[in-house]
Amino acid sequence: MLTYPDDLDRAFPGGAGQRRSQPSAYRWPDARGHFGPYGGMFVPETLMQPLEELRAAYERFLDDPEFQAELDADLRDYVGRPSPVYHAARWSRELGGAQIFLKREDLNHTGAHKVNNTIGQALLARRMGKTRIIAETGAGQHGVASATVAARLGLECVVYMGEVDIARQEANVYRMRLLGARVVSVTSGSRTLKDALNEAMRDWVTNIDNTFYIIGTVAGPHPYPAMVRDFQAVIGREARAQILKRTGRLPDALVACVGGGSNAIGLFYPFIGDPGVAIYGVEAAGDGLQTGRHAAPLCAGRPGVLHGNRTYLMEDRHGQIVETHSISAGLDYPGVGPEHAWLKDSGRARYDSVTDEEALRAFHHLTRTEGIIPALESSHALAYAHKLAPGMRSDQAILVNLSGRGDKDMHTVASHDGLVL
Amino acid sequence: MSRIDACFGRLAQRRRTALIPFVTAGDPAPEVTVPLLHAMVAAGADLIEIGVPFSDPIADGPVIQRASERALAKGVSLDDVLDMVRVFRTRDGDTPVILMGYLNPIEVMGYELFSVAAHEAGVDGVLVVDVPPEEGHDLVAMLRTRGLDLVYLLAPTSTAARIACIGEVASGFVYYVSVKGVTGSGHLDTAAVAEKVGLIKSLVRLPVGVGFGIRDAGSAARIAEVADAIIVGSAIVSRIEALAATPEQIPDAVGGFLAGLRQAIDEVDAHVS
Repeated sequence: MLTYPDDLDRAFPGGAGQRRSQPSAYRWPDARGHFGPYGGMFVPETLMQPLEELRAAYERFLDDPEFQAELDADLRDYVGRPSPVYHAARWSRELGGAQIFLKREDLNHTGAHKVNNTIGQALLARRMGKTRIIAETGAGQHGVASATVAARLGLECVVYMGEVDIARQEANVYRMRLLGARVVSVTSGSRTLKDALNEAMRDWVTNIDNTFYIIGTVAGPHPYPAMVRDFQAVIGREARAQILKRTGRLPDALVACVGGGSNAIGLFYPFIGDPGVAIYGVEAAGDGLQTGRHAAPLCAGRPGVLHGNRTYLMEDRHGQIVETHSISAGLDYPGVGPEHAWLKDSGRARYDSVTDEEALRAFHHLTRTEGIIPALESSHALAYAHKLAPGMRSDQAILVNLSGRGDKDMHTVASHDGLVL
Repeated sequence: MSRIDACFGRLAQRRRTALIPFVTAGDPAPEVTVPLLHAMVAAGADLIEIGVPFSDPIADGPVIQRASERALAKGVSLDDVLDMVRVFRTRDGDTPVILMGYLNPIEVMGYELFSVAAHEAGVDGVLVVDVPPEEGHDLVAMLRTRGLDLVYLLAPTSTAARIACIGEVASGFVYYVSVKGVTGSGHLDTAAVAEKVGLIKSLVRLPVGVGFGIRDAGSAARIAEVADAIIVGSAIVSRIEALAATPEQIPDAVGGFLAGLRQAIDEVDAHVS
């Protein structure tokens, strides 16, 4: 089971944000950003000092009541938090088992959980005196959330996006441009999210003096996995209080989709110390794990080093990163946040996968029974809840993170059904 | 004494600045690399850096990214790179060879197996771009059991405290990244490089190589005034790229380019001494 780093006081000297979210003795990462053997700072020397400055600034502002008040006010008035927890009563009845509750991150400004993190990082960027922010994006949700906060704070914004993703997410590209961001098409490698991340890191190395890199998920070098988790942990903090108030007890299971894993860790983190709550992360099995065309490093990959951290990866036998496939662009990434790797190995969370077809069925099912059109990413979590619920009693509860809304996926779903919009 | 230490010792006696060319192994095709290495030595290279292709080279600019992609398209793996060094060593027992690349292929091979295989192939040092000293303990310990040097990068953003710490754990030489940016970046500020190299030399007892912005005889000569070694990568790789369709011309073309750099560096060395 879980073990604890010796140097936890050094790891989080003040520890405000982390301890506020995490009531148990779980205290990862350690001082150097390791979650057991995972995480760390595997970056070129040029980035080490800037990452140290970021870590120091982050810890300082995490303890700063003024910063926290500004963040809380933005989350309330600009994002619309708290997002509700909704009892999907009709869907639960149809499945005939556990009661399913949805954490409605789809109702946030910009339509997904991503903005929780971009608001936090952009406020940090401004306090660090940075005038330019950069971001990588796959589906475009993180790019839109970054462009949104940049517009609001008057910061220059450049978003890196793979050429392939630009072609399949035109509407989000246009949204970013409307918001004043420059969207740079990345044509190297597989021309998808991982290559966009490569290019953003190259930009950061080059423009380190005035630029803040807003990473969109719980990956990258320390302190990003911990920082993004802490900003996203508002999801789990709220949900824990909401469901306790509503049902008088903690849920029996949590379910969230995992690409890089930021919405999942945001939900899971405040529940890690609750041993009665089962935790399930759901990866994209694409065409099926056995076909090799998937994006499920935790289920079918092995540990390696990419994008600044050690984690589970999809790679060939020589250590080259391989192309991934998922119908959901937001899950189409060959790595995963290092904390998920650690939660898997330690046994605290379980990771499984659902295919494109299963996710699509859940997408349609929720849409028809509850009048909620979920993002294809979130549909993976819904599909897994669909599998779990019938094996549970009707007085048990599953809390699913509905991480985003499905408007952006209309073209993908329509073309899968043979329609052109 | 390691081949790298011996090489820098000889160069210091002759007051000569080392010229270190970089090429990506297997670019544009595996059979080009070994003849190219010999041609570079003949043209005046003192040490050689061989790039191990990787799918996600975050510290490299477009020129070396494309070299990696060309080599990977030919299926070049870390095993293949070690084979190339082994073949090179049958005709050249003196020129130090440093592998430069990213950690993941080494992770997959395993640190111990890699150290054994690299040593047996005739590799002298390893520069792993995404391994700062904070993450290098296990790798450096394993490399040392086989007498291999782990060459560390220093950067414009490295503080004096970091430079001193890295000097403690580095061996062979240290590699100063002369610009904030990726390989092949422009805007080489010679005065700023001279100042930083001076700081590094006051804190580190190893030879100091400088690379990342040197593209021609002029910039090589200016850096030779302050550095112990000049590292040239993208300027060579872009010449290889231009001749990718006629690979038989690559050794001569790269040799000719290096000979020009060598001459410019030698003139500075003669003047300085």
